[in-house]
Amino acid sequence: MTVAMGSMKAGEPVFYVVDEHEHPEGSSTMLGFWIYLMSDCLIFAILFAVYGVLGAKYAAGPAPKDLFDLSLVAVNTSFLLLSSLTYGFAMLSMQQNRVGAMQAWLAVTGLFGLAFLGIELTEFAHMIHEGATPQRSAFLSSFFTLVGTHGLHVTFGLIWLVTLMVQVKTYGLIEANRRRLVCLSMFWHFLDVIWIGVFTFVYLMGMLR
Amino acid sequence: MFDTADLTKLIFGRLTLESLPLHEPIIVGTFAMVALGGLALFGAITYFRLWGYLWREWFTTVDHKRIGIMYMVLGIVMLLRGFADALMMRLQQAIAFNGSEGYLNSHHYDQVFTAHGVIMIFFVAMPLVTGLMNYVVPLQIGARDVSFPFLNNFSFWMTTAGAVLVMCSLFVGEFARTGWLAYPPLSNLSYSPDVGVDYYIWALQVAGVGTLLSGVNLICTIVKMRAPGMTMMKMPVFTWTSLCTNVLIVASFPVLTAVLALLSLDRYVGTNFFTNDFGGDPMMYVNLIWIWGHPEVYILILPAFGIFSEVTSTFSGKRLFGYTSMVYATVVITILSYLVWLHHFFTMGSGASVNSFFGITTMIISIPTGAKMFNWLFTMYRGRIRFELPMMWTVAFMLTFVIGGMTGVLLAVPPADFVLHNSLFLVAHFHNVIIGGVLFGLFAGIAYWFPKAFGFKLDVFWGKMSFWFWTVGFYFAFMPLYVLGLMGVTRRLRTFDDPSLQIWFVIAGIGAFLILLGIASFLIQIAVSILRREQLADVSGDPWDARTLEWATSSPPPAYNFAFTPVVHDNDAWWDMKRRGYVRPLAGFKAIHMPSNTGTGVILAGLSTTMAFGLIWYMWWMAAGSFVALLAVAIGHTFNYHRSFHIPADEVVSVERARTELLAAGAKS
Amino acid sequence: MSSDAHAHAHDSADAHAGTRQGQLIGFGASVVLTAIPFLLVMHGTLDKQATALIIMAFAAVQVVVHMIFFLHMNTKAEGGWTMMALIFTIIMVVIALSGSLWVMHHLTTNMMPVHEMGQTP
Repeated sequence: MTVAMGSMKAGEPVFYVVDEHEHPEGSSTMLGFWIYLMSDCLIFAILFAVYGVLGAKYAAGPAPKDLFDLSLVAVNTSFLLLSSLTYGFAMLSMQQNRVGAMQAWLAVTGLFGLAFLGIELTEFAHMIHEGATPQRSAFLSSFFTLVGTHGLHVTFGLIWLVTLMVQVKTYGLIEANRRRLVCLSMFWHFLDVIWIGVFTFVYLMGMLR
Repeated sequence: MFDTADLTKLIFGRLTLESLPLHEPIIVGTFAMVALGGLALFGAITYFRLWGYLWREWFTTVDHKRIGIMYMVLGIVMLLRGFADALMMRLQQAIAFNGSEGYLNSHHYDQVFTAHGVIMIFFVAMPLVTGLMNYVVPLQIGARDVSFPFLNNFSFWMTTAGAVLVMCSLFVGEFARTGWLAYPPLSNLSYSPDVGVDYYIWALQVAGVGTLLSGVNLICTIVKMRAPGMTMMKMPVFTWTSLCTNVLIVASFPVLTAVLALLSLDRYVGTNFFTNDFGGDPMMYVNLIWIWGHPEVYILILPAFGIFSEVTSTFSGKRLFGYTSMVYATVVITILSYLVWLHHFFTMGSGASVNSFFGITTMIISIPTGAKMFNWLFTMYRGRIRFELPMMWTVAFMLTFVIGGMTGVLLAVPPADFVLHNSLFLVAHFHNVIIGGVLFGLFAGIAYWFPKAFGFKLDVFWGKMSFWFWTVGFYFAFMPLYVLGLMGVTRRLRTFDDPSLQIWFVIAGIGAFLILLGIASFLIQIAVSILRREQLADVSGDPWDARTLEWATSSPPPAYNFAFTPVVHDNDAWWDMKRRGYVRPLAGFKAIHMPSNTGTGVILAGLSTTMAFGLIWYMWWMAAGSFVALLAVAIGHTFNYHRSFHIPADEVVSVERARTELLAAGAKS
Repeated sequence: MSSDAHAHAHDSADAHAGTRQGQLIGFGASVVLTAIPFLLVMHGTLDKQATALIIMAFAAVQVVVHMIFFLHMNTKAEGGWTMMALIFTIIMVVIALSGSLWVMHHLTTNMMPVHEMGQTP
């Protein structure tokens, strides 16, 4: 790939790169963000483990059957799933350099995300109103923490989404913004993966007990 | 409206004048010393007009070399505090016999042993290890910096923020009295209602963010930024151990984050994760914290193993024996470290089947370490060994660490552990492996890489003094503890009823005093080396005739590390270059793309500190305000897209020319 | 695996978008894999044991569907390092989860009081 200056004869080993192309800026970003995501996955794993161990400790208080409204959870789940689809469409538009379409799909994603959070908050408010507070039992502590942590991640994702929409509007689809959109994409889909775990092991299994 | 009392509570939370430990003479005295020393330091910096320099060249730097040095400074400063705690404990335990209460009451003593553990693990060992990895790895792989230079700076300041919080707890409020892992129910709100455990939680959460991000950073650096030709199996062993260490960090610190978060929810919100009622289970905390805790100790030791590999091969003048098996052993240790955690609580009651499983896995994990030990010995065999300081530390490590490892295997047997759990035998074991392994490794690494970082070697006489005081001191301080542990003495005791034990504690106290002399010698060594730096100068950049790429650069290396990215053909790339007649290029230099300095890391860490302080003292406005500011600054930072610059070609030319002249002058003399 | 700067210029953001068809297939599969478990539980069609196994299996499959169609997981991205990181993480998660459940089960059996106390005054 390179030839050293001056002193090297043909056939001698080359020990340094002369015609250097620098590492493109952000070449590590994708891998780095993925690894961070894996660490986030571990946090959720611990919260799932805690839910697994403490999830049946009702302390003579309300149990899943008394609290979970599966039709509401189904609506929530579909909102989140739809938001994954719309983010995917946003990424396709980005690939085709259609900024307007991309921003529109991002906005729709954001709205689905907000709807998801809204329903979740209503669910929490209702439970608390009924006396099923996080303090009531270990089951409720782990429920609120696991589902709440997921919700917090969605919230941060939405803040990030809005920030990115502003940054694309201001600076356009430059390489840095594309990278960030891909990272948010990974984050957003990852949250949907976690939700699969949540609705399966918390809500559905909860109703089966 | 508000009356004064309400308003005070709103502003100050639970912080009152009583929170200042004015009635504790030891703390008041310490504060006086720290304040005077601090004022002197600040005064000197101001007098010499160094604040601008410090801010521009050090605090805002994204250069991995400078960040590495700052980590080392942090670690050494905190070593002094952590060791002061050790001395206090040794003194108390040496005198508290025959009805004497010693000089420390339990309220104070319990904080001392908790702080000692927390500081030594999180704010001495971790920063020192991280600092060395940060400094050395990019150089070893032929890179110009880490993958995420800004994140590197931010990680350092978050670690520092954690240390600041712990230091703060000494003078404002108090620290936890729970031991370094803060088990519930003792750490629950009902038994520890004061700020101590909250200081503990937030200091570790803040520092933990720094550590986790640093883990991601170094993994990406090693994976993505290696010089052309450096395949994975051509990486230096220190880089391999760093890779595995950072994998361990990324795969274990999230667990600590989660567990501490759950504990803080119990304390702040009243949840029931680890309480004794409403379905909580304190044993779950112990289980989870050790899922983090065991990989943590491997995070500490693996870099040390890497250092020993580099040092042994350099000072034996031989290629490391069994490179492949070293790599495999490291990877096996990494994976196995996740399968042994229960050995920290054999006695909690999980029963024979569970205990046997983990006892067996614990014994298995000693095998790859043994393999490494043999590889080092075989490297030395028939080598031309030079007993420079790094090699001295290595030999001491080999003897000392093996003893500690063997006592570990002894403890791995559950029935034996039932007798020895939480006795002084355990305390002796882990100090044996941490001091004999981690600390001796760090001292070897410091002696080895100091010339690279600063351009002059460390003074040998004071280095030997430090070495002998430390080594002899260690044995005097901890061998008695093995004896005491076998006799049944429990850890963390403040007073003793059996006068026949006192002699052992006195010997241990003498050992601690010898170690104090060792630390003093180390500090003197640094001072003397700076004074004698001309005589100790390293002109060639390769004072040890070493084998890996960092020694191809000048000492210290230029900001850009390598004017031209190296091309690697074999293991021990620099040795290969030297053997095959590598000629340093003298022309053709180009402009070099480098990341820019930034103050955002300092600001974000500062805001994290104020947020933590607010959370600790229930000053909700401070916590909330800091959080919002954190978000704003972080988001604002992302609007800065211009974070790099070019070092102009003529600057590179002049730097390289200066080195050419230095090399020529050195060759003549 | 040496890191060649030139090759990585092509690992750009655009490679991550996939295709419209891929998105829709993934979405469709996910809907089915979500709806069936919900319906099974809400209507109690099968016995609890069978339902539990099915919904867990469907969850596992749906995770894989998301990984492939939404996250575009493959063995080639980043020289295989993302796949390696994922596999390592899954192993860690399995160890942490199964290990904790196993250990806590034994601890609870051996050490917890026989009857559950509800609350303190």
